[in-house]
Amino acid sequence: MLSKTQADKFPRPTPLTPRRRGIIVGASSGIGAALAKRLACEGYTLALLARRQDLLETVCGEINREAGERRAAAYVHDVTDFGSVPGLLQRILADLGGLDLLIYNSGISLPTGLKRYDFEKDLATTRVNYLGALAWLSPVAALFQGQGAGQLVGISSVAGDRGRVGNPSYNASKAALTCYLEALRNRLSRFGVSVLTVKPGFVATDMLAGAKRTFLVATPEKVAADICKAIRRRRQILYTPSVWGWLMLIVRNIPSIIFRRMTF
Amino acid sequence: MSPLDPRKFTRLENFGHSLAAPSFVYRPVETGEIDEIFRAARRDGFTVTLRGGGRSYNDAALNGGGVVLDLGGLSRILDWDPAAGRVRVEPGVTLQQLWQKVLPDGWWPPVVSGTMYTTLGGCLGMNIHGKNNFVAGTIGEHVREFTALLPTGATVTCTPRKNGDLFRAMIGGMGMLGVFISITLQMKPMHSGLLAVSAYPVRNLEEQLCALSAGAPQHAYIVGWLDATARGRGLGRGQIHAADYLPEGTDPECQRTMQVAYQTLPATMFGIFPKSLIHHFMKPFMNNPGTWGVNTTKYLLSLRRGRYRQSHASFHFLLDYVPDWELAYGPGGLVQYQSFLPLATAADAWRALLDLSHRRGLPSYLGVTKRHRPDEFLLSHGVDGFSLALDFKVTSGNRPRLARILQEFDEIVLQAGGRFYFAKNSETNPQSARRFLGQDAIARFMALKKRCDPQHVLESDLYRRVFLG
Repeated sequence: MLSKTQADKFPRPTPLTPRRRGIIVGASSGIGAALAKRLACEGYTLALLARRQDLLETVCGEINREAGERRAAAYVHDVTDFGSVPGLLQRILADLGGLDLLIYNSGISLPTGLKRYDFEKDLATTRVNYLGALAWLSPVAALFQGQGAGQLVGISSVAGDRGRVGNPSYNASKAALTCYLEALRNRLSRFGVSVLTVKPGFVATDMLAGAKRTFLVATPEKVAADICKAIRRRRQILYTPSVWGWLMLIVRNIPSIIFRRMTF
Repeated sequence: MSPLDPRKFTRLENFGHSLAAPSFVYRPVETGEIDEIFRAARRDGFTVTLRGGGRSYNDAALNGGGVVLDLGGLSRILDWDPAAGRVRVEPGVTLQQLWQKVLPDGWWPPVVSGTMYTTLGGCLGMNIHGKNNFVAGTIGEHVREFTALLPTGATVTCTPRKNGDLFRAMIGGMGMLGVFISITLQMKPMHSGLLAVSAYPVRNLEEQLCALSAGAPQHAYIVGWLDATARGRGLGRGQIHAADYLPEGTDPECQRTMQVAYQTLPATMFGIFPKSLIHHFMKPFMNNPGTWGVNTTKYLLSLRRGRYRQSHASFHFLLDYVPDWELAYGPGGLVQYQSFLPLATAADAWRALLDLSHRRGLPSYLGVTKRHRPDEFLLSHGVDGFSLALDFKVTSGNRPRLARILQEFDEIVLQAGGRFYFAKNSETNPQSARRFLGQDAIARFMALKKRCDPQHVLESDLYRRVFLG
């Protein structure tokens, strides 16, 4: 039984107080939490999804206190529980009163080390980074096509631009996500729906903790600010911070004969 | 049936194009389908809103993220008795279908709205009034019987006597208690397809209201146009249109004038200019100086009194005269603010409203006044007094200012003992609704809601805004 809207409800739009509505999948920390705060400041009402309820509630509480009204609500969800997506999506649609934006931000990185192989880790990475994204992007794409409007945002990574020695399944999951987003963009732009692929470089989040050899590390707030700007401008691809656009231009063009000898 | 069928997900708008809400839209063609959707809603817990012609200026027929039943597919005239003037219709039958059916037999709907594209289901749900409200009351007063399907799956038949409490609550109940599946209405006999119309100017608000008061008892219909851009001594000036039925024998061509072809609104202006293009040419004038010019010109032209005969359709359905006129307001659309005030307080309250709108630089581009009487329905907008409807253009820049001024309007109107109409105002909040309807009426409505729809299947954005907010 879905929750009816009498309790815990978001303010509904009127002609004089229009509201944009968004879902952020993976919003309890890092880029997702920073995006939630920023979009709420811009007036969005948001459904925030993650596994960790306490963290999620903290983010919502902060947003709602600051706004002085209900702009964010927590929905506990595990992105690998694909079967629960349609029901949850329907409930969120009813709670928000519609949908203008979906951001898929969930992602994990489980490096295996240079010489080891681990299918369990590969599978877990693929389920969260790619299959979970499909489970959300696909039904929402269908809705956006129907309503002839909307924005889809996938947080991919610069790591998806090349397959590297360190973390093959992470690279592959992000490459798959990037490619899927491109296909969605090509499908949906004719229906007035825009699709943004975000490719962050190193960002100071939980994922980076323990990682070696990082450089040009950006804060989640900086990345979130860039993403919000790209959403406003309805851009298609965003490297953030922008210097990664130039870096990856070089990396993409390193010939295989050299790239396969590198340990990066 | 899965409610989350993305092929059904559609962006719906209000009549003023100022609000959009995407919904899963189903268009049943028989009552069984409605029952099926109600059953699914009870099982899966989604909400359903009823939609007729989509001519409400606000969120009455919107259910963002939920299911909307477009009842336009249930549009059969089930029974027509030309001898008694009784008609039985499905809820999706439009006023256009209705008058075109009954006029050739010498009848006319007793109450009509300003557009003929409203459905009878919607007309009853909102309990519409016409330019004859002061004498004919609302449309609900001409309903002899209706049968409704409740969200519980039960069917109930109501007349003013049988299930009278439900009769007086479902009519005007915003479609929140059940779906009308058959409606029996009494038509009014006519002896001509024409009305005798007289038009005359009024110089200010006092004259405007005096003219409505004095004119109402003498005429079948009366309506005022109010130049809301005029200020100072001319505040509230405008033009009155009063109309009367032609007595038997005074229209030698009555057989011809009562034919549909005679009534049909012309598709061109001056015989050559397609009316479907007019709204594009209105756009450049839809700003403060532009509408001042248009209103002033219209007022100067109205100074010449007129007496003429006009077809029913062209007198009543002014909103249909320029197709898609509401698009002329641009991408932000429009909101309408209509207030109903008692005889004694109307002049002062509306002077305050109009003054405030001028001081804030937010003049209304169109004002319409009417004369009203109270009615016995539970959620009623009726007063022994007048109504003033004001259209405001919405732009991305004026939304906060417009929202503020409409709240101030609400305060002025409520202080003066006024009421609001649920098909019009888009910003009425629950506090205002409680103040004009009274706790008692709301409690009685909620008790019926609990009886007819214990699982809260029927919920519109309007209902959430004014009753659950």
